[in-house]
Amino acid sequence: MAFRQRHLLGIEQLRPEEITAILDLADQYVDLNRGANKHSETLQGLTQINMFFENSTRTQASFEIAGKRLGADVMNMAMQASSIKKGETLIDTALTLNAMHPDLLVVRHPHSGAVDLLAQKVNCAVLNAGDGKHEHPTQALLDALTIRRAKGRLHRLNIAICGDIAHSRVARSNLILLGKMENRVRLVGPPTLMPSQIDQFGVEVYEDMAEGLKDVDVVMMLRLQRERMDGGFIPSEREYYHRYGLDAAKLSHAKPDAIVMHPGPMNRGIEIDGEIADDINRSVIQEQVEMGVAVRMAAMDLLARNLLAERANAPMEV
Amino acid sequence: MTLFLRNARLIDPEQQTDLIGDLLIKDGVIAEVGENLRAPSDAEIIDCAGKCLAPGIIDIGVKVCEPGERHKESYKTAGLAAAAGGVTTMVTRPDTTPPIDNPETLEFVLRRANEAAPVNVVPMAALTKGRDGREMTEIGFLMDAGAVAFSDCDSVISETKAFSRALTYARSLGALVIAHPQEPGLSKGAAATSGKFASLRGLPTVSPMAERMGLDRDMALVEMTGVKYHADQITTARALPALERAKANGFDVTAGTSIHHLTLNEMDVADYRTFFKVKPPLRSEDDRLEIIDAVKSGLIDIVCSMHTPQDEESKRLPFEEAAAGAVALETLLPAAMRLYHAEQLTLPELFRAMALNPAKRLGLAGGRLSVGAPADLVLFDADAPFVMDRFKLQSKSKNTPFDGQRMQGKVLATYVAGQAVYRRD
Repeated sequence: MAFRQRHLLGIEQLRPEEITAILDLADQYVDLNRGANKHSETLQGLTQINMFFENSTRTQASFEIAGKRLGADVMNMAMQASSIKKGETLIDTALTLNAMHPDLLVVRHPHSGAVDLLAQKVNCAVLNAGDGKHEHPTQALLDALTIRRAKGRLHRLNIAICGDIAHSRVARSNLILLGKMENRVRLVGPPTLMPSQIDQFGVEVYEDMAEGLKDVDVVMMLRLQRERMDGGFIPSEREYYHRYGLDAAKLSHAKPDAIVMHPGPMNRGIEIDGEIADDINRSVIQEQVEMGVAVRMAAMDLLARNLLAERANAPMEV
Repeated sequence: MTLFLRNARLIDPEQQTDLIGDLLIKDGVIAEVGENLRAPSDAEIIDCAGKCLAPGIIDIGVKVCEPGERHKESYKTAGLAAAAGGVTTMVTRPDTTPPIDNPETLEFVLRRANEAAPVNVVPMAALTKGRDGREMTEIGFLMDAGAVAFSDCDSVISETKAFSRALTYARSLGALVIAHPQEPGLSKGAAATSGKFASLRGLPTVSPMAERMGLDRDMALVEMTGVKYHADQITTARALPALERAKANGFDVTAGTSIHHLTLNEMDVADYRTFFKVKPPLRSEDDRLEIIDAVKSGLIDIVCSMHTPQDEESKRLPFEEAAAGAVALETLLPAAMRLYHAEQLTLPELFRAMALNPAKRLGLAGGRLSVGAPADLVLFDADAPFVMDRFKLQSKSKNTPFDGQRMQGKVLATYVAGQAVYRRD
């Protein structure tokens, strides 16, 4: 079996063949999702809990649909409204949940490393649905699947990730994944939104969009994460749009068949022009959402297989 | 009572020597020291078997969590940890809850220390009331009550006018001020040093430059006020030229660093291990090496443990939310032995930084192996290997970054005023 992980905490832990294994299986789930009967019994009898310590509509819905299509019993917990407000620590929450015997735990948390911490304390498979500014592995995987299907390959591509790199877990997971699959990655954005010494990770850093987009195959735009900013990273949204927002003029520097991606939700008129986002010849943003469900089904399927194999070999203590 | 320690490897930080010899203790002070001494007939004789005998460590900046958080560390447990670690004098921090910012609290602390701790305790007091950086404390009364230095600890006084007044007043009394050089605006909310590691882990960061900016400001204030100043921790190479200039200009300035910044770097945090979260955050390997050089040259005067107990609840949190600090009274010596075994610092150099210089800076009699000095001593085996087990620590809190690590250097006995306060069985 190519996929050997107990959890999906980040792209950093994955080997290239494991990434490929997820994407190959996800391709099959795309077909299932497009068919008339979207239901499978793969996760029959398993319990999936979605714990979101941070607001999310899209990712949570995507994980929920993925779990339900695979036949799992899915429960959503909105943790902001829950015991976290009563002073319960993350560890206590984990132990409480553990006692309910979940099999798959999907976690989003505002602090980097929080999902790793939780994974150390529970007996089930944990999927990171985004931790602080650290990683968002399923987003990188769905981006990879989208690119592979649009470009026919996932190697030797020139890919520009543009905008608010500093606050983006999507950017971190993507640059690790795309690097592992042997692509050339460029980061484009204002220096105030660029993490320190990021150039040491085998990426090229640009401060100018025209230069950064020159001859790329893929343009990945990032959302300007105003909610994570403590002020003063950019002078104004209109100046940001002027210098870094993706419009037809800037996109003209990329290859003529370059695709445009965005993890959503989009700020139209801030990081991306509405017409580009909606251009079905360039934008694959809707495909990304579709691939998201398939990739999450694949990841949960593979983790569940490992979990069940592990339990068969070593029965859990009661 | 007379005690004769024969055949010891004498680590003398004043003479910078490391020679085999004997040492005679009479009435709690060092009566004789040298080669081939004759033991008085009434003396108890201890054969040191060639192990190291050095002045006991004087540790500036120990947090004992009394008053306020005795569940984290008490004078009793801190004292036991100090004795087991070869620390004969704890210079305690005032960042307790409430802070030690008035003579009454200071007297309470000294009473508790005398009742419970087997080693010397000399307290520091806060420089401003409530450590909130606005009004200075009763520096005169606090000195009368026994405060040896004044510090708001890691809380930087950002109101420069209030700080300058406190410094001017402290100068008039000859009080030593210990500050935490850091630009508070830049370091706000930081959990890691900016750079490759923090970028990968997505942690909120502070530029190493914040330390230099803080030190630059403080050096200007020292020039302005003439106060006796000690920087608690210098941890970055970029801050060193400012320190060197201040010393060259003849200002009364010294600097310290923590054992963690000398022996660990930012990469040790690895997968968000919160026991490695200290303040300021661990630095790059380049910085670590330059700071070791600065200790060797004497530019950095003092090495301390920055002993900061934290309970499990404060540490078992996401890295950003976890409390900073590490216990280190017992691990200071074995961690320092890493620098000795790596041939980065000699034993006399280490004890200059851990015993002699702190004594000089605070005007204490210890820290020396000379005749007439108090017999505060540590006998240790610099080579003995062991694997660190945090649950064997005497401290109530077990938050050491060295848990599970291979170390060398075991304390065999600790003497305070000639009395053994610790003996390894």
